Amino acid sequence: MLLSVLLSCVTKTVEIPTALAAESRTTGGSAAGDLGAPVGDPVRAVLTHAPQVPPPTGRTEPAKVIVELEVEEKVMPISEGVDYTFWTFGGEVPGEFIRIRQGDTVEFHLQNHPDSKMPHNIDLHAVSGPGGGAASSFTAPGHESQFTFKALNAGIYVYHCATAPVGMHVANGMYGLILVEPPEGLPPVDREYYVMQGDFYTVGKYHEKGLQPFDMQKAIEENATYVVFNGSEGSLVGDKALHAEVGDTVRLFVGNGGPNLVSSFHVIGEIFDKVYTEGGSFAQENVQTTLIPAGGATMVEYHVEAPGTYILVDHSIFRAFNKGALGMMKVEGDAQLEIYSGKEVDSVYLAEKAASRQSIVTASAELAAGEVSKEAQIAAGSSLFAGTCSTCHQGNGAGIPAVFPPLAGSDFLNADPERAISVVLNGLSGPVTVNGDDFNSVMPPMSNLNDDEVANILTYVYDSWDNAGHQVTAQQVAAVRSGTDRPAGAPH
Amino acid sequence: MLLIGLIAAASLPGFVQIPGGEHRPFYPPSPEQVLLPVQAFGMDITPVTNQEFLDFLQREPSWQDPPIILAEGRYLQSWASPTDLGALDPGAPVTDVSWHAARAYCQDRGGDLPTVTQWEFAADATQTQATGARQDPATLSLILDWYALQGSPGPVRQRSPNLHGLYDMHGLIWEWTLDFNSQLISSDAREAGDQDRVRFCGAGALDASDPEDYASFMRFAYRSSLTANATTSNLGFRCAYSR
Repeated sequence: MLLSVLLSCVTKTVEIPTALAAESRTTGGSAAGDLGAPVGDPVRAVLTHAPQVPPPTGRTEPAKVIVELEVEEKVMPISEGVDYTFWTFGGEVPGEFIRIRQGDTVEFHLQNHPDSKMPHNIDLHAVSGPGGGAASSFTAPGHESQFTFKALNAGIYVYHCATAPVGMHVANGMYGLILVEPPEGLPPVDREYYVMQGDFYTVGKYHEKGLQPFDMQKAIEENATYVVFNGSEGSLVGDKALHAEVGDTVRLFVGNGGPNLVSSFHVIGEIFDKVYTEGGSFAQENVQTTLIPAGGATMVEYHVEAPGTYILVDHSIFRAFNKGALGMMKVEGDAQLEIYSGKEVDSVYLAEKAASRQSIVTASAELAAGEVSKEAQIAAGSSLFAGTCSTCHQGNGAGIPAVFPPLAGSDFLNADPERAISVVLNGLSGPVTVNGDDFNSVMPPMSNLNDDEVANILTYVYDSWDNAGHQVTAQQVAAVRSGTDRPAGAPH
Repeated sequence: MLLIGLIAAASLPGFVQIPGGEHRPFYPPSPEQVLLPVQAFGMDITPVTNQEFLDFLQREPSWQDPPIILAEGRYLQSWASPTDLGALDPGAPVTDVSWHAARAYCQDRGGDLPTVTQWEFAADATQTQATGARQDPATLSLILDWYALQGSPGPVRQRSPNLHGLYDMHGLIWEWTLDFNSQLISSDAREAGDQDRVRFCGAGALDASDPEDYASFMRFAYRSSLTANATTSNLGFRCAYSR
């Protein structure tokens, strides 16, 4: 009463059309969510593993939908050479994607594999009722539980296990997404993908090889060893990157299983045209980074204009480069240079890593005087490397597994200094094998660097991290540069 | 106490006498009962092995093929037949046995399954202390590591015994208890404090005496998911004796 009085006072003095708009745009919530009894024969829900999303239901009337989900405890890699015993809904992390329509009556079957060590259950955030189904689905190994619910609220919802100790079940990967389409369905798009972030806690440190047990203490302290998309580092890179064509509208269903961390979800090089914030029914527009709570989800949509690789990150950025929260979307098609010139450098990271330029000045002065020492080259190269190269190859030259190749002790690098010069000047895209590992990503041309800068960087790299120690001169760089054809207008 | 344990182990192969004491239950039955008295009892030093259970089945053929109500369909599923272990290690603990079958075995031996209190009391001994395993980082990591292991259990007695002389209380299999379903925890672990205390004695997670004791949570959650005819590939048993 008081509030409405206050509001009416405000509306008299200031026009706030948003208040009116907010009033008129309502779904009616769960009270208006029951669309009647199921019509027709029961249908079996199509379930998909990430990053795939089931097709739209295409239904215009409420149906009875049968969902069968199997819990399986299973050893899988969480990173290269690192195994973890995941507890899964459907054999993978995240759990299988479930797609239904508002008003559907869902007959849910939860099966716990006979080899499981633990009992499990499921809490679907799409359920209206105590526990979200958890109390009705508590299932011993080798058993199956059944319960039924009517989906009253449209939206994208997390489901997860809620068996004691809840945190541990979630930390082991027991989460997934269920989409409840609004009665009219979602607007059509060209591509839909399923991405879910989770944080993991292992006894061994990041990248320590072997089967790594769960570390309860780190989990309680919220000190994640890994933060990954779709259950493992590298699950969305290289050949497994998401795919789109120039001109597509892409919809990502992005969930965050937690157990602890909130995601600052960002796609490097894209602006979300629409974000259904927190998975709600009304879209916010033109968003750079969206927050996804643990146990929450969102839908983002964007139209892709420029070909190339777009990097999905948790923009709490150490998680992306030091804990694994990094994925890729590769967009193919013709370049639209008026929209984007083609470089792939994010200046924010360069600013953080910009180092003292004094050593570069020293090396340039020596070069101008006729003779540059290897030591001066290395010092200058070190600063330049920190500013330009370390963004991807990392300050220690280790690269990012499966994404950016290592320079440290690199067989590819040491085999051929001339090729290394060419890679810096011309970039390198497509498959390459470094120290036995396959990489398939894009390094942009760095031909904007001048000859002595390239020479200094490479001399520094060759002098570092057990590399072969070659000294690269500006003359060598100039020779490679002059032997390269470039399109008109490109930096020479 | 150590001396008694050693004498018992030496003079009575197969089981030891556990001196009585006080047990701090993970789920106190009431806020006043934070310590429960435990009378002295005997307990098998290892889980019952495949060979021992095979011997029992040969003595008691009625347990070779019990009705579903006493043991569900996966009863002894990894055996070649109820009278043939096949490729199984005779020295590994028997699993895929129901509560009814386990209890029949123990009664045949003049004992019974241990109560939850007896089992938890016996399992709370470290190698050097009668209590404290639940707070002992080495024991906790043994248990948590076990959860991450896959495959069937190996033979018994591969690790050091605890103070009582008991082997493999942790890190090999789950074990049946007599009253596995009496301390019901809620099937939704997050409910606590607002339930029917009579029906759900010591129910939810928030009632636990030590919320960081994940290993105990998992044991209690596991037990509460079982039915008496359930058989699973990680669940065996050992017997207790009141003398």
